[in-house]
Amino acid sequence: MVDVAFGPEPGPKRGNGPGESYLAMVRRKRMYGGILLAVFVAMMAAGFQLADGRNAGGFWDGLHRLGDFPSEVLAEAWRNRANIPGLFWQFLPSLIETLNIAALSTLLGGLGAMMLALLATRGLARWPRLTPLFRRLMDALRAVPEIVVALVLIFILGGGPIPAVIAIALHTVGALGKLFSEVAENADLKPVEGLTSVGAGWGQRMVLGVLPQVAPNWVSYALLRFEINVRASAILGFVGSGGIGYDLKLAMQWGGGKYDQVVAIFLLLFLTIVAIDRLSDHVRARLVKGRV
Amino acid sequence: MVDASLSMDMVARFQRRRLMALGVPVLILMYLSYVFIAFDVAGLAARARLDHAVVLLSDFVSHKTHVTRDNRSGALSVAIEGEAKGLYPAGRLPAWVSVDGATTRIDLGDGHMVQYDADGAQYVVPGYGTIAIRPEGGKLVLTAPEPRPDWINASDTRVSVTTEAGRFAYTRSKVETFRYAPGWELFFFTLDSPFSGRAPGDLLALALWGERVDPALPNAMAMVRDVWTNKMWRHGDVVWAIFETVLMAFLGTFGAALLALPMAFMAASNIMPVRALRFAFRRLFDFLRGVDGLIWTIILSRAFGPGPMTGALAILITDSGSFGKTFSEALENIDEKQVEGIRSTGANGVQRARFGVIPQVTPVLLSQVLYYLESNTRSATVIGAIVGGGIGLLLTQAIQTQKDWEEVAYYMLLIVLMVMAMDSVSGWLRRKLITGG
Repeated sequence: MVDVAFGPEPGPKRGNGPGESYLAMVRRKRMYGGILLAVFVAMMAAGFQLADGRNAGGFWDGLHRLGDFPSEVLAEAWRNRANIPGLFWQFLPSLIETLNIAALSTLLGGLGAMMLALLATRGLARWPRLTPLFRRLMDALRAVPEIVVALVLIFILGGGPIPAVIAIALHTVGALGKLFSEVAENADLKPVEGLTSVGAGWGQRMVLGVLPQVAPNWVSYALLRFEINVRASAILGFVGSGGIGYDLKLAMQWGGGKYDQVVAIFLLLFLTIVAIDRLSDHVRARLVKGRV
Repeated sequence: MVDASLSMDMVARFQRRRLMALGVPVLILMYLSYVFIAFDVAGLAARARLDHAVVLLSDFVSHKTHVTRDNRSGALSVAIEGEAKGLYPAGRLPAWVSVDGATTRIDLGDGHMVQYDADGAQYVVPGYGTIAIRPEGGKLVLTAPEPRPDWINASDTRVSVTTEAGRFAYTRSKVETFRYAPGWELFFFTLDSPFSGRAPGDLLALALWGERVDPALPNAMAMVRDVWTNKMWRHGDVVWAIFETVLMAFLGTFGAALLALPMAFMAASNIMPVRALRFAFRRLFDFLRGVDGLIWTIILSRAFGPGPMTGALAILITDSGSFGKTFSEALENIDEKQVEGIRSTGANGVQRARFGVIPQVTPVLLSQVLYYLESNTRSATVIGAIVGGGIGLLLTQAIQTQKDWEEVAYYMLLIVLMVMAMDSVSGWLRRKLITGG
């Protein structure tokens, strides 16, 4: 089934011949498709209208002001362009903190996801009866947005990177756990059976029988997640705790006068994200194509 | 000879494997210890506020009512969470507070009794005795059985008593008692509503055949109105906020898909013959994705102000980069035979795209878009917190006040339910539209 299909397959043919009933089918399908499209367009239009109405500034009023802020920022940064290399150095520690938050949360989340995924995969689970429980647990972890956990933890643990790490790691467990378990489901069970026959325990079977099979795919997913987590940790910094997001917020709050800092942070963030994107693309392509 | 070299090779491989098996955990451990120092995890124990955690958890599941007497004017007020919104009207105090002239008796349950009177106040703790406080010459004089336990905290200006039944604090200006109760306070009706404090059966009877409380409206309508405009929980605003968040995700995701589709055609190598244009579009996608959603959000909120439109546009711009990339990859992987077939009938470029390409890629693209819809609901919460719209804004506001934790719990619950609902909706649509089942 390639096309978007509505309703069941053609039933017994009515009409004068196959050609005519085929055309009738096509017409009906087009009509359904058209209705669906019209509903969709109406929903989009109404939605934009509504969103525009509830916005503080209207879309059409704001459109010509869209360039104001970037041009103001860029103009001031251009005047102070001599500062920018120095500012790169100044913000490098915060950038490293942001990257560390992402790396640590991916690492911890990945380790948690490995455990949960193996426990939630049919055929591999330590306690087969409990697989639905672990699955629901992963769903719940995935559903909680990082910001909710982070803001609550900031209240308890104070500022700094730890709340962000915990928040992103919890979310990562859920998100990666699902992907990991999908990979593990396709693993070949023969090595596991072989290991069982020589009396290996569950841990040994998993480490020696399953891990080598799934490692390339798992690492590839984890890299993709790392990329997402870098962005998430920058955003969490802006909303709450440490890292380069927080510096960005401070520089932005200052308003005019610190726009060279804003540009330096924008550039650092942009270059880092593009670099990580490229690197992980490259590594993932190599991992999945089989050469480790 | 061949065998020897083969076995040498195998041995070398195994050694490398062993090194890897040992090396990876060692590297991870080294990294962890570096981060442990860099993030000052050891200092965390000193910074962590466990009392905050206790406040938070108890607020999640219970609420307290303040009974306060102003010691100068003698005025008594009973208010839930001490807020003006939860103030009991003078004639309708809860049953556990009784007022008799200048004497107020508060029953905290299990024999714990507090009494405010003209001389001061006293608290009878079962199994311990009576704690009496009276002001004398600008100081507080405490009379309590010796030895004095550590849950009584006394100085010349302030006496506070904490028991499992509640808390009691006496200062020169006022005397205050907190009584804790499980559950969320006034969730349906605030105290100014005629329906507050009634049993569910009573309410049902009132809604179905009771006499009109408000002559202008049927009771059921009046109930709905009072719940909707509840001042403590602001149910109406919350419903709108959730709707705004979903709207942001919906508009952003589908807007991005609509924008990205034509651009993806321009960037696909099998469709766009002009190399330079292809390159330009690909770099555009990289740029849109690389400038993070955070930055787009900031720029857009400067132009459009806070609100759902800004959030929707932020999602739209970021995701049109991601969609452009994945869509163009999907377009490059199509089967050329169908396009050729259409071409042989003399179709032009648009017709070839419409009948040869689109039907092939629709399932792939649609499933991508629906996956994003669910994850964008989460992003919309975060973006709402930054630009100021939707449930994200309500959540950050509630957290910043640092006292309405029951509201935080409520919003968290709603967000999780919203994301789960969007997950099911997008899964259902995926099954319905793609596999046709």
